[in-house]
Amino acid sequence: MDNSQEDQEAQKTGTTRRQFLGQVGLASAGLQLVPLLSKAGSMLPDNEAAPAEPVTVSLMVNGSRKTLTLDTRVTLLDALREKLQMTGSKKGCDHGQCGACTVLADGRRINSCLHLAVMCEGTEVTTIEGLAKGEELHPMQAAFLKHDGFQCGYCTPGQICSAVGLVREGHAHTDEEIREQMSGNICRCGAYNNILDAIKEVQTA
Amino acid sequence: MQPFKYIKVPDTPAAIRAAGINQAKFIAGGTNVLDLMKLDIEKPRQLVDINQLSLYKIEELQNGGIRVGALVKNSDLAYNPAIKKNYPLLSEAILSGASPQLRNMATTGGNLMQRTRCPYFYSTDFACNKRVPGSGCAAISGYNRMNAVLGTSDHCIATHPSDMCVAMAALGAVIHVQGAKGTRAIPFADFHLLPGQTPHLEHNLKADELITHVELPPLAYAARSHYLKVRDRASYEFALTSAAVALDIQNGIIKAARVALGGVGTKPWRSIAAEQVLTGLPPNTASYQKAADTAMLDAKPNKDNAYKIELAKRTLVRALTTTGEIS
Ligand SMILES: Cc1cc2nc3c(=O)[nH]c(=O)nc-3n(C[C@H](O)[C@H](O)[C@H](O)COP(=O)(O)OP(=O)(O)OC[C@H]3O[C@@H](n4cnc5c(N)ncnc54)[C@H](O)[C@@H]3O)c2cc1C
Ligand code: SF4
Ligand code: FES
Ligand code: FES
Repeated sequence: MDNSQEDQEAQKTGTTRRQFLGQVGLASAGLQLVPLLSKAGSMLPDNEAAPAEPVTVSLMVNGSRKTLTLDTRVTLLDALREKLQMTGSKKGCDHGQCGACTVLADGRRINSCLHLAVMCEGTEVTTIEGLAKGEELHPMQAAFLKHDGFQCGYCTPGQICSAVGLVREGHAHTDEEIREQMSGNICRCGAYNNILDAIKEVQTA
Repeated sequence: MQPFKYIKVPDTPAAIRAAGINQAKFIAGGTNVLDLMKLDIEKPRQLVDINQLSLYKIEELQNGGIRVGALVKNSDLAYNPAIKKNYPLLSEAILSGASPQLRNMATTGGNLMQRTRCPYFYSTDFACNKRVPGSGCAAISGYNRMNAVLGTSDHCIATHPSDMCVAMAALGAVIHVQGAKGTRAIPFADFHLLPGQTPHLEHNLKADELITHVELPPLAYAARSHYLKVRDRASYEFALTSAAVALDIQNGIIKAARVALGGVGTKPWRSIAAEQVLTGLPPNTASYQKAADTAMLDAKPNKDNAYKIELAKRTLVRALTTTGEIS
């Protein structure tokens, strides 16, 4: 995208950014440094555009429709936790690195922290709250209980949603494959062996 | 994260119209662009959601190649039976990257466009020519164990992080794009740019251009191919080094070869010189070692990453050995 910005600039000024930097050298580099050195600078809008309007989005979560008016920046994870008070999905890293926020979107596991709520219109979202049928636990929940697949429990909703997705995807059969296919879910308590046992039980059932 | 306007577009022409204005960015899987927006590294004023576009197909072509839509999810591409059969190196490369959740979100187009994981690029507290042109490069004088040894410049030594792209570089994929001025086909080697004096310019796309699909050319011997990734832990980690290779072995001689390296270059690094060295030699360790030495001939280490030169050679020798043994 930068290439064509450069093209446009060249059309306007008869010089490209590259040539410009070459011409003014350090003076221009100094200007570029300002936003870098001042943290506050990076909080200011880059141009005059007004802040974006809130948008209305209709989400299908665990089979029921929820209509929300949101800032466009709200992630699916924050919409679930902050707007819908469904705090089962956890925030570990907020950057796709831990799996605590894993939910199922149209049956496939995703990281809800790297997905915008406004992008979910028309998607069936299933969270840990939606797995049980009334009082009857989902087989994966029951297996995690039986095999002690957790200690503190913080990673557990993500682990269980991920494990449900894994079984549905059907690509993991050996212990090694299951471990690899669960590698997107980090457990600080190290309950990995018991999680493996729980998944194997559900898979062979 | 800065406020932005969100637009969902129904088709390619609408996407192209929306892209050219208001510092717009496309969002596909969102796994890279949102990550960077949360850190104020990317600040689009407008986010153009392209997920409604019909670019989800994987089609086998008459000529034996495969055409992959830009929105095909990384997991769907990796598990596609024709990809697994005809281009195992691509399937293996994708499955070695990120996590199952991320691969369910990440798209072909987004993966091609993903930005470096250089830690100094990721922190607005440091100088980085890629993030703020002209500000300097904190990695060159800093801790650069993860950085590149091939294709570097005095302005940037960041690696290209993608695994998928290394396999596509080896295959000589062609990237098809569409913009206001029409369509273009970009050979893989020309798509990503070397940092040179302008590390902030990373690819060949114009602001209004959308990747529509990637064409994998027919390459019968790619059925005998492999991707090997070496990293700090067994899974869910970027490459220190990686190698994507394919070998055409006939009557005990290498007739043709494809070699590309990951984790070492500032772009996905195909080594045509290594391919030429292999051609005509018997498939054995001595030949592979010769190819590896050739591939890394121009490598330029920094303070903390000299180890990558030897590691990349061994990675390549191992990948070639494994490939040579495929019956
Ligand atoms: C924790 C973590 C670990 C990871 N590990 C690995 C790894 O080991 N190996 C690896 O290879 N990758 C890894 N990744 C990166 C991942 O592969 C990329 O984030 C992903 O491929 C980006 O695809 P996306 O569809 O989500 O892109 P998006 O985030 O939606 O977009 C990325 C960029 O591409 C542009 N774009 C998207 N589609 C198009 C299009 N059709 N035309 C033009 N421009 C487009 C967007 O505007 C944006 O600039 C990891 C990511 C995370 C978060
Ligand atoms: S290596 Fe490149 S990305 Fe990393 S700090 Fe230097 S300029 Fe930035
Ligand atoms: S909170 Fe989403 S992956 Fe960590
Ligand atoms: S049970 Fe504590 S983090 Fe997994």
